[in-house]
Amino acid sequence: MSGQVTPTRVPVVQKLLTANEQVAADNREYFAARHVTVINIMAAPGAGKTTLLMATITALPELRIGVVEGDVASQVDADKIATTGVPVVQINTGGACHLDAPMLRRAMPELPLDDLDVLFIENVGNLICPVSFDLGQSYNVGLISLPEGDDKPYKYPAIFEAVDLVIVTKLDLRPYLDFDLDRFTGLVHGLNPDVPVLYLSAKTGEGMGDWLHWVKTHLHTLEMPPVS
Amino acid sequence: MHELSITEEILRIVTTHAQQAGVARVTDIYLVIGDLTSFIDDSIQFYFELLSPGTLAEGAALHFRRIKTRFRCRRCGQEFEPEGHNWTCPACGALGGDVTAGKEFYVESIEVIDKITGTEEAALGDR
Repeated sequence: MSGQVTPTRVPVVQKLLTANEQVAADNREYFAARHVTVINIMAAPGAGKTTLLMATITALPELRIGVVEGDVASQVDADKIATTGVPVVQINTGGACHLDAPMLRRAMPELPLDDLDVLFIENVGNLICPVSFDLGQSYNVGLISLPEGDDKPYKYPAIFEAVDLVIVTKLDLRPYLDFDLDRFTGLVHGLNPDVPVLYLSAKTGEGMGDWLHWVKTHLHTLEMPPVS
Repeated sequence: MHELSITEEILRIVTTHAQQAGVARVTDIYLVIGDLTSFIDDSIQFYFELLSPGTLAEGAALHFRRIKTRFRCRRCGQEFEPEGHNWTCPACGALGGDVTAGKEFYVESIEVIDKITGTEEAALGDR
């Protein structure tokens, strides 16, 4: 047969992101073998991720905590965390909008993982992209601050659907803002009916107790982490 | 931005399948992308044009099938598409639901040409 060439359809049906997911699975296994609980914190820039982490580290001296800071550029957040005395690694993504499993993998040797109870990962400030990239974490936590508004679940449904805990920060600003706590919680539960929603202010300490309790009751020092 | 690594993965999958099928060229690539994922057609297209020259998929057309987000109502079981600020079940009025579609992200199929014979048999022969 010559001249007329008809293309042939070849079925593929192969999931994308499997390369990342394989490394994430390796990371998860590595953390589990060392009984490290890994909490991936995702939020928009300025939501208060670093402030919450600083307050958390200070409030939980009994836990051996490590931190991974993800940012497009700079060492600013890692320098802040370092003042608390806990081990911290800064990952600069060089433009990428999220951390991925290989980036975390490369940073892991810089942390004393054999001697940690909890590793907090502060993902790149972004409500969209980090959700798609599994890192090997035990839990995903989504953070939003009161000034961002109570309609965020409508605009960024994927993150609220994917998280194990939602935290609303900057509760001390409540008198100045129209954020409707019930409306927000209702929308979150519309997507993710069982997820706890906590309201707090890392600055005044209001509501911090619930978050600290959540951390302490989700440590799997002796068991395998849940595999999502 | 993150479409760069994704496009590399698409090319890897496509060329592997094309090589296994023993074909000369990939003419079309069919992708399925759910609206809940954070992947943008134009950006994948951009990186594809950058990365595909010199591969079996050089010059191939990308086809994107977008899947709309769907909820299944937890109260009455009705399936519906949420629209913007309307997550209300059209059947019973409950808010939200379990996500049943919108998270898809995969290479569905490719179309290939065998340079020598151009027959379907040859294209599929080695699979």
